[in-house]
Amino acid sequence: MAFDESLLFVFMLAGFLGFELVRRVSPLLHTPLMSLTNAISAISVVGAILIAGAEHASTLSRVLGFIAVTAATINAVGGFLITDRMLKMFKKRDTEKR
Amino acid sequence: MDLAIQISYLIAAGLFILSLKWMSSPSTARRGVRAGEIGMLLAIVGTLLRHEVISYEWIVGGFLLGSAIGVPLAYLMPMTAVPQRTALSHAFGALASALIGTAEYYRETPHGFVMVALVIETLLGFLTFTGSLMAFGKLQEILPTRPLVYRGQNVVNLTLFAMAVVAGVALILDPTQTWLFPVFAGLSLMFGVLLIVPIGGADMPTVISLLNSYAGLSACAMGFALDNKLLIIAGALDGSSGFILSVIMCRAMNRSFTNVLFGAFGQVQESAGKAVEKPVHSASPEEATEMLEASRLVIVVPGYGLAVAQAQHKLRELYDSLTKRGVDVRFAIHPVAGRMPGHMNVLLAEADIPYEKLFEMDDINSEFAQADVALVIGANDVTNPAARHDKSSPIYGMPILNVDQARTVMVIKRGMSPGFAGIDNELYYMDKTLMLFGDAKAVLTSVVKELSAVKA
Repeated sequence: MAFDESLLFVFMLAGFLGFELVRRVSPLLHTPLMSLTNAISAISVVGAILIAGAEHASTLSRVLGFIAVTAATINAVGGFLITDRMLKMFKKRDTEKR
Repeated sequence: MDLAIQISYLIAAGLFILSLKWMSSPSTARRGVRAGEIGMLLAIVGTLLRHEVISYEWIVGGFLLGSAIGVPLAYLMPMTAVPQRTALSHAFGALASALIGTAEYYRETPHGFVMVALVIETLLGFLTFTGSLMAFGKLQEILPTRPLVYRGQNVVNLTLFAMAVVAGVALILDPTQTWLFPVFAGLSLMFGVLLIVPIGGADMPTVISLLNSYAGLSACAMGFALDNKLLIIAGALDGSSGFILSVIMCRAMNRSFTNVLFGAFGQVQESAGKAVEKPVHSASPEEATEMLEASRLVIVVPGYGLAVAQAQHKLRELYDSLTKRGVDVRFAIHPVAGRMPGHMNVLLAEADIPYEKLFEMDDINSEFAQADVALVIGANDVTNPAARHDKSSPIYGMPILNVDQARTVMVIKRGMSPGFAGIDNELYYMDKTLMLFGDAKAVLTSVVKELSAVKA
């Protein structure tokens, strides 16, 4: 298969962009940040779906695909939910009270 | 149809980027989570519509099982267990990409560039999988949290890693050698275990960030193998995020990556002064209460001990009753306090302490000189003045919180045992330091009780 070098450009740009974005995140939110990026990297579910749902897949392929879909779903569902649960707790309540 | 799918991927990538951007401030962060969720949904729907996807039963089964595990995991996990959960989710993410790579290999036996990407994907995936499981075991205290070291450990680890790489290269050169693949996978899995064995609790923030980065890069390599730009973008975002966090953590300890991975920080240092019995001043909760009540500014320094004792809610009660009496209470958060980046912030936020009272090290260090009391709860090495002047100390050069500059220092601690770095803390022997011995929760409870009794 021919090597598509545009993939490397995409990688480089996304890497730099990630750098710049994450540098701006306050240390206050580092834990939710990590669980958010973890949930986002559950995008590997795309690969898992392609494996598990392919037409003439061997049993091995199906089983591996199934486990991968499960693992990625745990991260996607659990990751976004717990990030939101954490963020809900960050409140700025003191100022109004006084 | 293909165009529609590509557009859904494009929008998903855009949403992931926005998601990280909105994460920069607490006021927009929840919007960031929404954006991420919608992006994920779009990507999944787009993929399900692809013509290669023929059979749905295994996929739906995976969705159902994954949700059945993921939802309770997200809602039932106590906030003190967030580091463990994070380690576990790194393991799941890495497992997914390693297995996808494996399945892809047996299906296609790809050559050339795709095989290179596939080898990187599976190598990182397998080693991150076992490494994260080990980290989980240590954080959950199923495994000993102290580092396990033996003679020649680094040589063994490096040899193992080199063997895994050689097997990987051999597979790239001749992908038809299918017998080699399980060997390669096994070596990667073993390396993951041995990599984490020598790592102690104090280094967990760095290691967990590094594993985060590996899991992301593995997903990224999968993007190269599958020729999918969305995977590359999402993986690169995750990879660079984990990488930056681990750099921040390393800097906060004045150590290098190699030192963290191969230094086995936190083994009991025999040489580091078998401390002579030095006198300490211990105080009762009543005495502490009196001083706290008479203060204008109190700076609380929380550490992992607070999480272990689950004392965050009691701390909040103390905060409330002191604030009511007009005492200014602030919280000083060292970057590596706890077991993962930002651990203390989440814990204090859970107890409803407003986040504008939480200060980063650089912002609060100059305030300690004005503080009447610095209250150290379950933190140790990050307060040790030896880091400033004692060149022989293993933590020399590590940026610390200037707790010793406060008028009075109070330390809540179970006993005189040294911290994770195994170093004696000279802060405890200072004249202005009062030791409050006991479980953090118990001590805070009696202080809060005293305070309400004193009520004017």
